[in-house]
Amino acid sequence: MVVWTDFERSTIQDIFSKMDYEVVGPAALTRCLIVYPWTQRYFGNFGNLYNAAAIMGNPMVAKHGTTILHGLDRGVKNMDDLKTTYAELSVLHSEKLHVDPDNFKLLSDCLTIVVAAQLGKAFTAEVQAAFQKFLAVVVSSLGRQFNYRAVRLHKVGVSLKTLNV
Amino acid sequence: MSLTDKDKATVKAVWAKISKSADAIGADALSRMLVVYPQTKTYFSHWPDLGPNSASVKNHGKNVMGGIALAVSKIDDLTAGLLELSEQHAFQLRVDPANFKILSHCILVVIAGLFPKDFTPEAHVAVDKFFCGVSLALAERYR
Repeated sequence: MVVWTDFERSTIQDIFSKMDYEVVGPAALTRCLIVYPWTQRYFGNFGNLYNAAAIMGNPMVAKHGTTILHGLDRGVKNMDDLKTTYAELSVLHSEKLHVDPDNFKLLSDCLTIVVAAQLGKAFTAEVQAAFQKFLAVVVSSLGRQFNYRAVRLHKVGVSLKTLNV
Repeated sequence: MSLTDKDKATVKAVWAKISKSADAIGADALSRMLVVYPQTKTYFSHWPDLGPNSASVKNHGKNVMGGIALAVSKIDDLTAGLLELSEQHAFQLRVDPANFKILSHCILVVIAGLFPKDFTPEAHVAVDKFFCGVSLALAERYR
């Protein structure tokens, strides 16, 4: 059970409430695809990812970046039960999308850097610690399903239909 | 993941922009690391003060960036250029190489905060590759 200090809670709420998801999401995802190009393996049907310019101008990437931020938003609103909040998305990422969970950390690092660039001096060491702790718990929750090899989808009470994919 | 000519040129260009602030960057990155990754404090139990205004932290941040400056100048052969530093880290300091990644990340965060317009994704990938190369060269003499 994750314990959040008052400072951590208010810091996370504050950062996300001031964030433009449609700017930060695309910025973080494009940075990830450029800095860690092997992550492009999951976006084969996104069209032109041939170089940095193409990635930064790609509308599918931008849209997906925003989707990811909205996924994080769920966690911001449910900080005391991230495990349950991300149970379905964990199943999605492991059973359907087959994403190597190491990639979650890569994207987290890029998101941290984008937020650092946005907040400048306001992104103090203490704020960074809170932000990275939040992302680490989200990443851990997203990675839970990967360990449950024997668990079948129906046992978790989830069907692909409810996941909307 | 070796450095292409383009990477080297990008790293040198970024360094040219940030080197005047090197001392401040080093101090901020180090003090950030001690807060965000508290396990790294174990290497500095001999310092009386680990806060951001600590003279020890500031001085050591300067040292670290001095090492980065050296690495930039020896970018064409990091292993040879950083041999002495590698021996120091391997035989005297014995810093677990996993921490090189941690400090690299903190330096990137500081650069992004201070130079948001310049730290584009292209600059980011080149500098990240460079730090990976530096970390590898530093770990060269470990075993």
